[in-house]
Amino acid sequence: MPTLDEIPLGRKGRIDSMSAPPGLLQRLLELGLMEGEEVRVVTHAPLGDPIEVESSLTRLSLRKAEASHIHVVLID
Amino acid sequence: MSLPTLTVALVGNPNTGKSTLFNALTCLRQHVGNYPGVTVEKKIGTCRDGEIKLQIIDLPGTYSLAPRSPDEMVSVDHLLGHLKDEPRPDVIVSIVDATNLERHLYLTTQLLDLGQPVVLAVNLIDRAKNLGIQIDFARLSERLGLPVVPIQANRGVGLDALKQAILSAGNSGVLPKPVPFPEPFQKELQALSAAIGPGVEPYLIERLLLDVGGHTERQLSEKLGPTLASRVGDARARLATAGCPVPAVEARTRFSWIRQAVSDCITRPATRPVTWSDKLDRVFTHRIWGTLIFLLLMFAVFEAIFIGAEPLMKLISAAKDWLAELVKEGLSPGPLRSLIADGIINGVGGVLVFLPQIIILFAVIAVLEDCGYMARAAFLMDKLMAKCGLNGKSFIPLLSSVACAIPGIMATRVIENRRDRLATILVAPLMSCSARLPLYTLLIGVFLSDPWWLPGVTLFGLYMIGLITAPLVALVLKRTLLRGETPIFVMEMPAFKVPQVRAVIRRMVGAGWAFVYRAGTMILASMILVWACLYFPVTMPDGRSYDVATEERRDEAKSLEGEEKESKQQEANALHGEWKRQSYLGRLGRWLEPTFTPLGWDWKIGMSALASFPAREVIVGTLGIVYDQGEKDEEEDGEKKVADTPLGKTIQEEWSKDEHRGKYRIPTALSLLVFFALCCQCASTLAVIRRETRSWAWPAFTFTYMTVLAYIGALVTFQIGKLIVG
Repeated sequence: MPTLDEIPLGRKGRIDSMSAPPGLLQRLLELGLMEGEEVRVVTHAPLGDPIEVESSLTRLSLRKAEASHIHVVLID
Repeated sequence: MSLPTLTVALVGNPNTGKSTLFNALTCLRQHVGNYPGVTVEKKIGTCRDGEIKLQIIDLPGTYSLAPRSPDEMVSVDHLLGHLKDEPRPDVIVSIVDATNLERHLYLTTQLLDLGQPVVLAVNLIDRAKNLGIQIDFARLSERLGLPVVPIQANRGVGLDALKQAILSAGNSGVLPKPVPFPEPFQKELQALSAAIGPGVEPYLIERLLLDVGGHTERQLSEKLGPTLASRVGDARARLATAGCPVPAVEARTRFSWIRQAVSDCITRPATRPVTWSDKLDRVFTHRIWGTLIFLLLMFAVFEAIFIGAEPLMKLISAAKDWLAELVKEGLSPGPLRSLIADGIINGVGGVLVFLPQIIILFAVIAVLEDCGYMARAAFLMDKLMAKCGLNGKSFIPLLSSVACAIPGIMATRVIENRRDRLATILVAPLMSCSARLPLYTLLIGVFLSDPWWLPGVTLFGLYMIGLITAPLVALVLKRTLLRGETPIFVMEMPAFKVPQVRAVIRRMVGAGWAFVYRAGTMILASMILVWACLYFPVTMPDGRSYDVATEERRDEAKSLEGEEKESKQQEANALHGEWKRQSYLGRLGRWLEPTFTPLGWDWKIGMSALASFPAREVIVGTLGIVYDQGEKDEEEDGEKKVADTPLGKTIQEEWSKDEHRGKYRIPTALSLLVFFALCCQCASTLAVIRRETRSWAWPAFTFTYMTVLAYIGALVTFQIGKLIVG
């Protein structure tokens, strides 16, 4: 299963599971990234990292290392 | 007679207009302070409504009330009334963004658990309307079980209704109903609560169970012993098997409750319209255009601080000199006159001269932050900054420090992570600031002006010393003193909006005032200390006062013409030099000469460097005094080439005459340059570090490590130079 940092630009995915360290996990959850949410990678920063991610609840900047804790299933 | 007071706390996410609401409610009746023991700003204001006084607390913007650090715990402590001298708020106002209601209501649902009345203020209703979002506020109020007031804080819309809602919530004391958690979770909560016993609020027990490795867990384990940890661990394990894993259960429960509650209160257009903010975002985060715009913008910021502030800084300097001159004319020579003119006026001027840069930088930062660009800038620069252990938000503070470290350090407030912020503060003074330029120009002009490319290369090299050392030191700090888990860099990208003039002005004034008022006294005190060390002892061998004798000769020179005038002037300068050389600072310089020798310096250079510790830009003036040229050379001879000024010539001659330095004058010049590039010779910077970190330890650390680094740098430079010269 791909992680959020691996899915191509513009593709949509649904969060399947998250396995981040407690602090990061809690922050992601608070911002509305949780199991079952749909996410899309909007853009990569010029140096490739971080990435900008859009969900129905918010638009976030995430480092790739952080996004790699989020497993997604590609949809559409 | 004091009015009955109702205490109100404002709680909301960053970028919701919480501060705008706070300012609109309280106008200028505000007090900004600090919570004891942490680096969080405490903002309290008052406003009157009829016969009732509202005391309004602006709590720091946050995404949730799940504290992971002492800084985050302060808000929870304040809301629960755990702080000494701070009453528990009677009413909590939860301010949310109408364009992103569901996400913002997450924090609101946490506030419902605190057991105090809550009022919901829905801000930015105009923007929601523009996006085609319609909200049925009456129904929303019914569904959430809270008074709901639509507002537009920046235009003052809905504020009266909000005040009324606050008052009636305070009077009625109706408590909101918390969001119901799943059965297994509630059971565990009750069991834990029973085990701990009374005295700990239900909200803290909830946090204890939910926040893995959070602040509550640490605090309560300390208080209640190790059995608690195993009890909490077991409870979490049971919850995981019951399908309510911690911490996900909280987000799942709250968000699904919110979605259900608001589902029939909000109508959105079927397809989200592509806003101008989306289009801008696409350009600003674009690989090529985004980078280009960023570089251009940063160049403009830098130019604005560096060049834009110059006329104002010159004006302040001129005013300072004029005032000092006025005092000198009005008073007779003596300690009092010198204290006022050279100590106090010089010191105050030395503080005020930084104001233009601070104000300009904060205007720029306020605009960038208010319009939403700051998050994009951090997004673009994060990778680069992460390489030296910092994050994207450190970039602008460090860039600003190339003009002046003081506004740079003040600008680090945008960095939420404490360790990243500290690392940025501690390396900011390494960037070559504009106050280093006078010495750079003087020594490069005198010793390194030939061939034509050498001055440019040397100057570039000096800037590179800062640009290379700062990230290296940051990296070392992050691996040693400031070691810890990698900070979270999850950042919301706010929608673009037009910045508000009032908010920008408020930031400028606030930053300027904070600097003058809180750092100014420290700076002034250190300036006066150095003045005293340079002034005393003032008695000449024959019992007269150096101060008076020098002044007499200067006065005589004024009435003379031609060569006579010149020789009298020189006599005065020589006497002035003699006075300073035998002053306490001069004696210290001579006493420390053995330490300066390996750097290639004699005691005169060492003394000038010592005198520059409060403010490095005085080095040129001090060199002027030490080499009997008076203080004013650089200004009067502004048109001439540096090497042709009397001071430039004298240094050239003196160093060449000296048997040792004559041969090694270029290594000596380079070693002095390197020392100044690396040393923290700026009392203002140290005062600002003290203010921003709330501790004396960090300025002391900065001063020590930079001085050691400067000494080693200068030592290595001179010794290598000596080897090359042979």
